[in-house]
Amino acid sequence: MHHRFQASLLATALLALPALAPAAEAPFASTYAPIGAGPVLITDATVLTGDGRRLETTDVLMKDGKIAAVGTDLDPAGATVVDGRGKWVTPGIIDVHSHLGVYPSPGANAHSDGNEMTSPVTSQVWAEHGVWPQDPGFAAALAGGVTSLMILPGSANLIGGRGVVLKNVPAETMQAMKFPGAPHGVKMACGENPKRVYGGRGQAPMTRMGNIAGYRAAFIEAQRYREAWDKHEAASRDEGKRRKGAPAGNGQPPARDLRMETLAEVLRGEITVQIHCYRADEMALMMDLAREFNFKIHAFHHGVEAYKLADELAAEGICGALWADWWGFKMEAYDGIQENIALVDRPSNGCAVVHSDSSEGIQRLNQEAAKVMVRGERAGLKLPPEHAIRWLTANAARAIGIADQVGTLEEGKMADVVLWNGNPFSVYAKAEKVYVDGALLHDLNDPARRPVSDFMLGQEVSP
Amino acid sequence: MKRLFLSVLLAAALPAAAQDLLIRDATVHTAGAAGTLRDHDVLVQGGVVRAIGPGLAAPAGVTVVDAKGKPLTPGLFGGLTGLGIEEVSGEPSTVDGGLALGAMVPAHEGSSWRPEFDVDVAFNPHSSAIGVNRVEGVTFTVLAPSALPGGSFVAGQGSAVLLDGRYDAALAGSRSLFIDLGSDASGLSGGSRAGQWMLLEQAVAEARSGGGDGLLTRAGRAALARYLAGGRVVFHVDRAADIRQVLAFAKKNGMRPVIAGGNEAWRVAAELKAADAVVLLDSLANLPANFDSLAASLENAARLHRAGVRVGFSQRGDATHNARKVRQLAGNAVANGLPWEAGLAGLTSVPADAFGLGQRGRIAVGQAADLVLWSGDPLEVNTVAEQVWFGGVPASMRSRQTELRDRYLAPKGNLPRAYTGH
Repeated sequence: MHHRFQASLLATALLALPALAPAAEAPFASTYAPIGAGPVLITDATVLTGDGRRLETTDVLMKDGKIAAVGTDLDPAGATVVDGRGKWVTPGIIDVHSHLGVYPSPGANAHSDGNEMTSPVTSQVWAEHGVWPQDPGFAAALAGGVTSLMILPGSANLIGGRGVVLKNVPAETMQAMKFPGAPHGVKMACGENPKRVYGGRGQAPMTRMGNIAGYRAAFIEAQRYREAWDKHEAASRDEGKRRKGAPAGNGQPPARDLRMETLAEVLRGEITVQIHCYRADEMALMMDLAREFNFKIHAFHHGVEAYKLADELAAEGICGALWADWWGFKMEAYDGIQENIALVDRPSNGCAVVHSDSSEGIQRLNQEAAKVMVRGERAGLKLPPEHAIRWLTANAARAIGIADQVGTLEEGKMADVVLWNGNPFSVYAKAEKVYVDGALLHDLNDPARRPVSDFMLGQEVSP
Repeated sequence: MKRLFLSVLLAAALPAAAQDLLIRDATVHTAGAAGTLRDHDVLVQGGVVRAIGPGLAAPAGVTVVDAKGKPLTPGLFGGLTGLGIEEVSGEPSTVDGGLALGAMVPAHEGSSWRPEFDVDVAFNPHSSAIGVNRVEGVTFTVLAPSALPGGSFVAGQGSAVLLDGRYDAALAGSRSLFIDLGSDASGLSGGSRAGQWMLLEQAVAEARSGGGDGLLTRAGRAALARYLAGGRVVFHVDRAADIRQVLAFAKKNGMRPVIAGGNEAWRVAAELKAADAVVLLDSLANLPANFDSLAASLENAARLHRAGVRVGFSQRGDATHNARKVRQLAGNAVANGLPWEAGLAGLTSVPADAFGLGQRGRIAVGQAADLVLWSGDPLEVNTVAEQVWFGGVPASMRSRQTELRDRYLAPKGNLPRAYTGH
């Protein structure tokens, strides 16, 4: 109990840290601008709010790109009214693990931009620099109700680089999709992949021992780097205050090192930590690594054995971003079970997330959740739709650091909303209308409101 | 006590003498001409369905199961998979689905073209992946060899196998030849899909003449020759133009083609219908994964069905371990316009017919009683298989995954979890 309390205090402290100066001047800044739209009122729908509530015959009002109200008999004045009778409303779906854009369709060699497999630690690379906005997979994901997604580098490296959170809007540039204010997430990988890729070249890491040694060496270096910068910044501040008698030092900043900058931001709690890790024992090692260097892990991704460590993950406030049923494709995936997500969800403060890591899976995360719900229920857990929707919305938002802006239908949050033509936890359900910041960007019944990427435009064999 | 219970259940997974069974009051989805029969009973004797009807009399000694109106279907086809020939995909020592002699044998010492390669003999009925999928209603699959670098795009042969745990699981008359075509295979044909047809024509010529230029061994010529007289050949192919080439090639050489994949098949639906070819597709493959699949569509199955083409389901991704996902393929095809009955047929009667399994794939008098009772709509993602029968014998509904689940579902005891699950 005590332990859990401490962990949540730590989490709160980290979240409260102000962004440092370099972050404020972040390059490759978001140019995302909501697509303007008038107010929209969805009436008389079954509403899953994302915070655990299910409201029958309820209205949702979107205005100025925000959720303006959720209630009954809302005033339709000036709003486009959408009849929600027999339909369901949820927050926009969030996928915390996607490679759209960096491993796009078509999967041409020239498009393979997701894994900088040149060194086990490539924290200097950013997924956003590899994102091809014309990937037709974005539109397909939108049709599945996905309104935000984190694009991550691949898992070949111990530390693969920075992931970026995007709004799922059609655009010519990555910057125009970039989720404003969302933190980066560093991608790390446990287990088989790094040791296979580098061990196969006769280079470190060749073993799981080498994996851990590799993370530790990198973070030891990052601690020194951070200290040098902290010292410099403190000196600059002192100099500014006192003008005279500043501490020794020539006032020159330390040399910038992009590789170390990312890890220093991890140590400062400015970017989220997203770790590809399958086995429970390895997750426990990574939790100890985080303790050694005093950083917070936000989510373990894939985690087919997360169910073995569910209490510990919940106690530390770590989310499990998981598949419904993938297993067996490699040794570390051999113990997968279909109740994994439900068991990670079970403890109080459990944070289960359904992720895709797949251009197919991202199109139907609702179906993936449904597979878990039925099996969890049959195992005796209570998993009604209003609860399970959190796996795709609020919990996902929490895992990637955007819960203050999306993930629930709270007033004032971005109006990322999906109107489903029925209970979304069914193979027959479809996202009928998908709104991003209040703008209708996908309409099942209006081809003119469905994006077509430049790549697909004019292809003679278009579907 | 619990140990005894479990071993009884596990034993039930083994081949046993068929027992007589009466399933009462099911919604019987026959996957045949009779369609769906509500409030019907199914009587099984000697491993086969003896009667279907409302209010059947229970013969003495028969086990009676009350279905309470739940759906009963034939056992499902798991798709073209490596079930029983692939334990852990990423561990080469556990994977027997592909032949790559070229990686071992210098080119001048032997050909890497071995159509005589037949994966049936590698089949392990006790693979954990089989139990995991059996409890989800998958009762048969077709073993599909894979084309590997260092091998040939003519991947070899495989048969339909029954997944009830028996050793001799191959189903008579189902052996098929597998050929991979298109951009995925161009690395094995000199970098060109035209090379695929050049090499295939050469191989056929060698098989016909019994001699030739050394692409095939003597055994390989004999093996291929068997397919030139009405043999079943599964072509993995997506691009519409390539599918037309397949149909022409198959016709010319007396092969019965099955199209696997077929992402662009709907564009040549009329030709497929004329050739009476079956398409085993992945209805979730809607992205232009490569330049062979620009016309990939969620409506592929529905459009083919409307044109009169028989459609079944097989996954492109993790076909083996997650074979159970075939239900989701069918459900999504239905959500995108395929009639429900055709969706079920794509998991049962269509693949059974395509591979010559006359006694399976339907619930009908005289058919093998491989049956599944479902908690609800079998094409839904929010339902599960409640009971699976092979020849009327109940299969264990336990697998390695249910064991792991139960070990970790239970609260921690005084002893480590390693002491649970016996």
